[in-house]
Amino acid sequence: MASTPLESTGAGRGSLRRYATGFILSVALTAIAFALVMYGPLSRTATVAAILAAAVVQIMVHLHYFLHLDASSRARWNVLALLFALLIMVLVVGGTLWIMAHLQYRLG
Amino acid sequence: MASPAVAAVVPAEEARQADAVGRRAFGFWIYLMTDLVLFAALFATFAVLSHSDAGGPDGKALFNLRHVFAETMLLLFSSASYGLVMLAMRRGHRGAVLGWLAVTFLLGLGFIALELHEFHAMILAGAGPSRSAFLSAFFTLVGTHGTHVSFGLIWMLVMMAQVGTKGLTTPVRARLLCLSMFWHFLDIVWIGVFTIVYLMGVV
Amino acid sequence: MLGRLSLSAIPFDNPIIMGAVGGALLLAAVILALITWYGKWGYLWREWLTSLDHKRIGIMYIVLALVMLLRGFSDAILMRSQQAVAYGGSHGFLPPGHFDQIFSAHGTIMIIFMAMPFMAGLMNIAVPTQIGARDVAFPFMNAISLWLTVAAAMLVMVSLGVGEFSKAGWSGYAPLTELKYSPGTGVDYWLWAFQIAGFGSLMTGINFLVTILKMRAPGMRLMRMPTFVWTILCTNVLMVFAFPVLTVVLALLALDRYLGMHFFTNTLGGNPMMYTNLFWIWGHPEVYIVILPAFGVFSEVVATFSGKRLFGYRSLIYATIAITVLSFAVWLHHFFTMGAGADVNAAFGIATMLIAVPTGVKIFNWLFTMYRGRVRFTTPMYWTIGFLTTFAIGGMTGVLMAVPPADFVLHNSLFLVAHFHNMLIAGTLFGFFAGYAYWFPKATGFSLDEAWGKRAFWCWFIGFYLAFMPLYVLGFMGMPRRMEHYANPAWHPWLVVAAIGTAVILLGIIFQIVQLAVSIRRRHATRDLSGDPWQGRTLEWAISSPPPAYNFAITPVVEDFDAFQDMKEKGTAYARPERYHDIPMPTNTGKAFVIGGLVFVFGFAMVWYIWWAALLAAVAILSTVIARSMQDEVEYVIPAAEVERIEQAHLRQQSAMGAGADHG
Repeated sequence: MASTPLESTGAGRGSLRRYATGFILSVALTAIAFALVMYGPLSRTATVAAILAAAVVQIMVHLHYFLHLDASSRARWNVLALLFALLIMVLVVGGTLWIMAHLQYRLG
Repeated sequence: MASPAVAAVVPAEEARQADAVGRRAFGFWIYLMTDLVLFAALFATFAVLSHSDAGGPDGKALFNLRHVFAETMLLLFSSASYGLVMLAMRRGHRGAVLGWLAVTFLLGLGFIALELHEFHAMILAGAGPSRSAFLSAFFTLVGTHGTHVSFGLIWMLVMMAQVGTKGLTTPVRARLLCLSMFWHFLDIVWIGVFTIVYLMGVV
Repeated sequence: MLGRLSLSAIPFDNPIIMGAVGGALLLAAVILALITWYGKWGYLWREWLTSLDHKRIGIMYIVLALVMLLRGFSDAILMRSQQAVAYGGSHGFLPPGHFDQIFSAHGTIMIIFMAMPFMAGLMNIAVPTQIGARDVAFPFMNAISLWLTVAAAMLVMVSLGVGEFSKAGWSGYAPLTELKYSPGTGVDYWLWAFQIAGFGSLMTGINFLVTILKMRAPGMRLMRMPTFVWTILCTNVLMVFAFPVLTVVLALLALDRYLGMHFFTNTLGGNPMMYTNLFWIWGHPEVYIVILPAFGVFSEVVATFSGKRLFGYRSLIYATIAITVLSFAVWLHHFFTMGAGADVNAAFGIATMLIAVPTGVKIFNWLFTMYRGRVRFTTPMYWTIGFLTTFAIGGMTGVLMAVPPADFVLHNSLFLVAHFHNMLIAGTLFGFFAGYAYWFPKATGFSLDEAWGKRAFWCWFIGFYLAFMPLYVLGFMGMPRRMEHYANPAWHPWLVVAAIGTAVILLGIIFQIVQLAVSIRRRHATRDLSGDPWQGRTLEWAISSPPPAYNFAITPVVEDFDAFQDMKEKGTAYARPERYHDIPMPTNTGKAFVIGGLVFVFGFAMVWYIWWAALLAAVAILSTVIARSMQDEVEYVIPAAEVERIEQAHLRQQSAMGAGADHG
């Protein structure tokens, strides 16, 4: 049993080093993305792919270093809820784009 | 007449408080999941309407990436400073908690100030939310994020008042934990915003 | 000063509306007078309006649902009467604008203000006690959910006499709901009522999700939970992930109407089809939100009154989970005809047919539970059997319409109307009536009259077939929905039969009112002293009827599914504990009720463009929430001696009537 009520929720697992690591990674990923768009030599498609990848990685950095999300049993329901939310988001956004693109093509 | 069906253990007060804090945190996490779906719907709407500029200005014409980078840094630094709030809270340093909360508040306020400045300039230039569907979607998506941030700032003021008057009691700590989740979550949504709205709008 | 509100907002020239308003005001005045005459204002405030007790909140939800059922059914009577006479040269008694408001109000009320509150009520009454908990995870938020729903319902009620209601259907499609085509207050009333109720539902979803996942009694693993709790868990998942999309689509429409934006307008890039898409992303999960709890009730009722363990518990759980996930993948079947093309339509059509399969599995589970059981034909069982037969028909018509080419013929015809009423009445409403009859003794401490209950059932059952089978025929004959007048005389006889069916249902509703009155009058004779009037199998029957505020004096330890039945078989069901303990409980507070009132003011002010009032209300709401947060003293303690006194009194009552003996 955790020594304080709060620690049992996983909130006590942050440390200065983790926050600093997360922070530096985030700044770097942000700078790279902006630099690619503002000064980048890559083609449009490559740039888009790169900034999307950078965004996904930075989100995962935030989830791990700031929100302390991991595979431990303590966070199991939280991870499950997040995964289900992601599934719904994919269905909603993906389904919408597919449907609206078809409508646009046939009726627009 | 003892029996196995009757619970033998009555939770001590501390365990009961731990359960309550855990439930609060989990309930808030679920709320954040609903917010994720809310933003997903707004992002989907933005994506569908992103080219419907009705002959008006588009992202390339309107977005100032240096400005957006500054906003992003303000929010990112405020996430880091809130991390320091949590570290101070764990160590029970009331003064440090108040101090870092104030820093986070000012950084967040700076973010909102820059965003309001951007909106104001766009509206004055005739590129307000009623100009086209694209602009409606832009102002609503970015504005909804900004509204969330603003509520977070109000919450921070309330927490500073609570930490100041009640100290770091268990309920106060639970609320600081929820605010922490909220603040980091808003930074995550902002990653989506600056990537999909601003960077992809200009590229 | 008062926005666009003025005396001309009251439709003095419309006798039907003025009659309805007059009747409603008279009824309200009578109720207020009775409360004053009996001196019950203090009691009402202390015991009900400020209560955070989930059992009380549940009862209040059901009261709201039953009142709104009467209002929504009045709309149905008006529509059926109109359509029974308005053909050829006759235009009936309802002009088109009025008729449009009636069908819009009917749908909005029945789904959002009857089905949802009824479900929330049953959830509140049954779930915490079924999992061996003392309350829900967030009692204050629970009360807020209730009062938000009441506030939203009041907005709809007020729209009858002050201004008008929406004429654009319960689904409110753009661009008809845009300011250009609906400049009046109607759509605004609809929008704010819908949005506010949505917030209430979202909070309920979060609350019960945490309650079920985090507050089960020790030993109650997920696969030992009662089936009703499982269906509510899945319902909450649906609520939590679908309602945010409703929040967005209604907010975007509001932004179009209030700030001149262009999400769904015809001009400047707006895309009205996006409204339809977003609305149904919420709308389809919503229909599963109202049906899954009914399935849960049927599972409980069938097992209890067959005297048998539910057949195929695991398959039923997996079927429920499958329905939950799939319900997010079928929404386009509500607009096959909007024009997305064959491949999109085919994909969603196949997904729609797939989702019928798990429901079929459940029907077989229920049937096999009854097979070789000792079936007792109580009122809840009547509703269940009525459901099993009738719902299957509606399900089949759904699978028929899942085929896009068939839907192109039947979309928006009365065939569709018959299908969804088949599901909502024979499924949702019968299920909720079964739950109402089943848990009534637990919630109130006395029983509902069985004879009147069965009479009411037969009227609803026969009335439903008379009212809706003709609509299937009319759909095939080509009659569209929402028609205030029609030219084809061949449709007329069928609509007369439908109107007769509505009259039979009205008789059923009257019988239900009589049932309630008779049961209340005879309540002392039918008091449930054992806490277990039905020989139940789940934990809520282990405590008194009504339960004490704290539900369980000692949290039970669960060792199997059908926990209470398991305890009875092991002889541990009525064991007296060695000692009792202090029990902390949340204190009552008026803040939730106050917030509800302020939300009503906010909604009304937004409808009428009274900006200063809306702003003041919003600030007051925020201040109340902050004030609540600043409060440290939110609990009181029931001393162990008091708990012991309450428990001993109940145990004495049970012994007096010979309970605790083997029920078999």
